[in-house]
Parts: sequence; structure tokens; C-alpha cells
Amino acid sequence: MEKNIKNYDSNLLKELLYKMLLIRRFEEKAAQAYGLKKIGGFLHLYIGEEAVAVGSISNLDMTKDYVAAAYRDHGHALAAGLDPNSLMAELYGKITGCSKGKGGSMHFFDYDKHFFGGNGIVGAQIPVATGIGLKIKYNEEDGVVLCYFGDGAIHQGSFHESLNLAKIWNLPVVYICENNHYGMGTDFRRVSAIDDFSIMAESYAMKGKQVNGMDVLEVYDATKEAIEVAKSGTPYLLEAKTYRFKGHSMSDPGKYRTKEELELYKQKDPIVSFKELLIENNVITEDDYIEMDKRCKKIAKDAAKFAEESPEPDLNELYTDLYV
Amino acid sequence: MSIITMREALRQAMDEEMARDKNVLLMGEEVAQYNGAYKVSQGLYDKYGEKRVIDTPITENGFAGVGIGAAMAGLRPIVEFMTFNFALQAFDQIVNNAAKMRYMSGGQFKVPIVFRGPNGPAEYLSSQHSQATQTFFAHVPGLKVVAPGTPYDAKGLLKAAIRDDNPVIFLESELMYSWEGEVPEEEYIIDIGKADVKKEGSDVTIISYSKPLRYVMESAEILEKEGINVEVVDLRSIRPLDEDTILNSVKKTNRCVIVDESWPFVSVASHVGWLISYKAFDYLDAPVELVTSEDVPMPYNHNLELAAQPSVDKIIKAVKKVMYI
Ligand SMILES: Cc1ncc(C[n+]2csc(CCOP(=O)(O)OP(=O)(O)O)c2C)c(N)n1
Repeated sequence: MEKNIKNYDSNLLKELLYKMLLIRRFEEKAAQAYGLKKIGGFLHLYIGEEAVAVGSISNLDMTKDYVAAAYRDHGHALAAGLDPNSLMAELYGKITGCSKGKGGSMHFFDYDKHFFGGNGIVGAQIPVATGIGLKIKYNEEDGVVLCYFGDGAIHQGSFHESLNLAKIWNLPVVYICENNHYGMGTDFRRVSAIDDFSIMAESYAMKGKQVNGMDVLEVYDATKEAIEVAKSGTPYLLEAKTYRFKGHSMSDPGKYRTKEELELYKQKDPIVSFKELLIENNVITEDDYIEMDKRCKKIAKDAAKFAEESPEPDLNELYTDLYV
Repeated sequence: MSIITMREALRQAMDEEMARDKNVLLMGEEVAQYNGAYKVSQGLYDKYGEKRVIDTPITENGFAGVGIGAAMAGLRPIVEFMTFNFALQAFDQIVNNAAKMRYMSGGQFKVPIVFRGPNGPAEYLSSQHSQATQTFFAHVPGLKVVAPGTPYDAKGLLKAAIRDDNPVIFLESELMYSWEGEVPEEEYIIDIGKADVKKEGSDVTIISYSKPLRYVMESAEILEKEGINVEVVDLRSIRPLDEDTILNSVKKTNRCVIVDESWPFVSVASHVGWLISYKAFDYLDAPVELVTSEDVPMPYNHNLELAAQPSVDKIIKAVKKVMYI
């Protein structure tokens, strides 16, 4: 990493590392709870991809800005500042969860914190995010929407329809394709006519950029720039090249990729590499890191305890929140 | 007869039909190299190659439409939806093109396509991934809609669906793939549009289809011990609907409970209930009872999730209600 790290506020640097670590520890705890059958269904882990959500969302002011993500949403929710207790409780299906136990892993929501999902249908959040952009523009607010989706979703009509609408209406949306190389068992190169998605922006007369999604600072900088452009009236498409270290979900052994490829990317672990960068530059010490890690582990452990001890929803909840 | 899973029965049906007719091909997400997200197409890619077993991007509306065009032009595609929840993105192509093409072209086109995949409640997946879609499709003239409740029926009906010159929506219950049943080695076809009396009885008719059939059979056994003799009608095919088998059974037992995993409002169940009240009114000794999914999206929490669905308990209660006990 050739970045001049002196240009960044040291609190920001520590915050970036801390948030990535929190996501990692939270998800490791969740995976453990899944193994104990405390959590059911699909659990799509974000492990390996933390730099994307953290690098981008760290630019936001969640009182004005918005986030919309897909089903691999734990990282985005934590980066956006949702309460880890309520997220873990949601995974446990408890009434104290961020969606009152009705949504589960793929459907994290927090209206007050401007976290608009969580969405289980590939591509379905992209027009929704565009609609949030419409609201910002409509009310002449100073805000932006970050919209996340995978390399698998980029072929959906919803993506293309959204980019066109966002451009013709000048909406403040940054579309972020998290290209982790695979849509389930499908290598993106097998189902994509091109292998640099950022050039798709050109079809809609907007700017696009490909960034290294394993480098939190690169994502941070690129998103900062993209947000400026989006706020000035031209939506933006970022493609973050990243990698998921785990299977698509807990039930996927990931046999479609080679061990060597996985190892190669593990060498580029966004947390380990950033930690090393911070230590080299005397932003933190090894002990600081250990301390930080302890804090994250405790938050994850406490969240699991909170979830464990929270009550189940009452059966009457079956019919609540259906209509206003 | 061998005992095989529903998954294997479906695979055999596709394999046999692909071997029989080179115009039959399979397409969808993960169907080829990954052998199917639910492993229903296991081995077909190895056997038939990438020309006939085709992986698509995640573009439901697109690949459903491509299948329809290919069918209009003479191929016989089987389009797998990873689950029918995602087929809703392809609803436009299915409803506005597949279903109407023959009619609005004055009969010029045949659309021999099968849309198949897992349907209905799953476990711990919440409402976008766990819903019974049959009623959406059953509403549409021009489509056939099939939902087998046993591996035997699944194989015979899928073979019929592949040979059918109309678009067929073939609904496989997601949680049934590993359920086992007897399936003969020799070839057989089950005609679409024929219900099956899964158990003869005299006191009350329970009408169902797909996965709830198992709960109905369990309920029947329990009720039997209490001296209530249940007749079980398995619709198998929702459209066309075998009205005769339904009406004959109700005329014999004079009481009826309909068990359906879809939502109650304007549903398969409510339609069948209306049919009975209209055509067998004089034979009824009690109003027809419905046991359906609760009228809510599926919640993630497991207790709520179970409470939202038909159960043996609910079926037995409904039977006792129509028996006035
Ligand atoms: C419309 C739709 N089709 C299919 C699926 C099933 N599905 C869930 S995730 C997935 C792969 C998506 O890959 P990608 O968009 O690259 O996201 P990633 O999992 O890599 O984060 C598929 C096919 C779905 N949820 N929605």
C-alpha cells in the first residue's frame, strides 16, 4: 500500500479498523450460533468483504444519508451503526431484533438509522435505493444513498432501469457493485459479457470506477469522490473487487473455486493488511490491536447473550405490522 | 418398485425425457455446473453437456422470456427457477407471453415450456423466500398448474408436463425434495388434470395437494382411531382442475375440508370451496372448512412460522367442526 497515511485523521483510521473487526467478530459469533442451531435459515457471511461496507459507509452521516443492501447485509448494518444486540437478536428470531424477529439474516432494517435493508431478492433493492434518492432530491435535502449489490445482481433489469432513471432525474445515488467473484456457484466471468463492470456506467452517461475492495482506504477515497459527484447531480457506479472467504451461505462448501485462489485472497485479508499498515505507521501498536479485538469479541459475545436471553415473539405477533 | 426421493424422481423424469427428445433442454441458475441449487439436476450436465443443460445469469425475466421464444420456435425448454419466489420477477413473461401467446395469435403458436422449481414454505427464511405461489399462477388462463404430493406423482406428472404443448407451471414443494416414496422402474405418465383419491373413506372428504398431503394422511390416521373415516383427495393438478373427482367424493361423504398452503383470500382453496358449494350444495351437511396458511407474509421466527402454516392439529379441528363434534 503506497498511500500516504499521514493525510488521514488517526481517529478515522482506527475507526475503520475497529468497524471491520467488529463485523468479523460478530459474524464469527453468528456462525457459531448457527452451528448450535440457535440461528436458522440462510446465513450469508460477509467475511473477507468488510473493507467495502466499512470504507464506503464511513463517509456517511446516517442522519442524512441512506444505505440499502442485499441479503449479505450484516456488515452494512454494523457499519451503518445499527445496534449489534438488535442484529444478533434478529438472527435469533427474537422480538428484540431489528425487525422484531420477522426478518432474520437477510432482512435487517432500521428506519430511524436510515438502513433500508436487507433484501432477499437479487437486485430488488436497487430500484428501492433509487427511490430513496428521489426523495432526497424531491425534498432538496443534502443526502446520498449508497446502494449495494453483488456481481450476480448487475445483470438484472432492475440495475439497468435504475441507473437510467437515476441519471435522467439526477438522483444522488452511488451504486456499489460488490464483486466478490461469485454469485453462488457461478464465477462472474461465466455469466458476464464484460469483466470490468464499472464501464457499464458509460451506457447511462455517468461515471464508473473499479476499486480494490480489499483496501479500506481505497474504498473510502473512491466513495468520498463518488458521493460528491452524486450529490452534484450525477449518480455514480463503483465496482469494488473483493472476495468472500466463506461459502455463499452456511450450506455451501464452495467447491467451485480452487484452494489456491482462496488462499491468494486470504493473503489480502482487508483487516490483517490494514492493521499492519497502521502498526507500521505508528497509528496503533500491536497491543492497541489486541485491545480493540477484545472489545469487538466482547460486543459480539454480549450480543449473543442478549439474543439468547431475549423473549420469543408472542404468537399474537403473527398478525401485527401487516397494515398501519 | 424402488424407493427414491422426490428429488431423484424429478431428475429421472427430466433425464428420460431429454433422452427421448433432443428438443428438450434445461436452463436456469446453477442447474449445470453446480448440479442445481437443490441438486435436482444432478448429473444432467455431465450427461447432456452445456448445449442442453444451460447455466444462466440471475435474470429471471430474461431467461424465462428466452425459454418462451425458444418454445414458440420449436424447442421444449424446461426452465428451472431456483425457487418460485424468484419467478415473480418473470411473472410478466409467464403471464403476458407464455400464457397468452397461443390465444392472441389465433392458435398459431404452441408454447411447450415447463417452468419448474421449489415452491411453498421453507424454514427460517422469512417472507421473500417462503411463500406458496400457486394461486398467482392458477389465476391465469393459458397456463397449466401442477403440484405433486408424492415422488411417484412427481415423476409421472413432470414427464407429462414436458410432453405437453402448453406452458406448465410445475410446483415442487421445497421441503419435500428428500421425502421418499415408491417409484416403478418402467415408464409411466400421469395425465395432467386428474386428481387422485389417496385414501377412500365415508365420513368426510379432505382435499389437498402438494406437501400438506402428508399432514392430511397423518390426520386421517389419527381421526381413524377416533372412528372418523376420512376420504383424501389429492388434486395433483390445480389447473385444469378435476371437478368430477372432487364432487363425487363430496357427494359421497357430504362434508369437506380443504387444506392448502397458499393464502386464503381468492385462493385455490377458496375456489374449490366455491365450486363445491355451487355444484354440490344439496349434498353438504356442513359448510366447507378451509385450512390454509394464515393471511400474513411468512415470519422468520420459527414458532410464528409454524403457527402460520396448516398443521395436523388444525386439520383435525376443522374435520371435527364439519362433523359437529
Ligand atoms: C431474483 C433472485 N434470483 C435468485 C436468487 C437466489 N440467489 C440468492 S443469492 C444468489 C447469488 C447472488 O450473487 P451476487 O449478486 O454476486 O451476490 P453475493 O452472494 O456474491 O454477495 C442467488 C442466485 C434470489 N435470491 N433472487
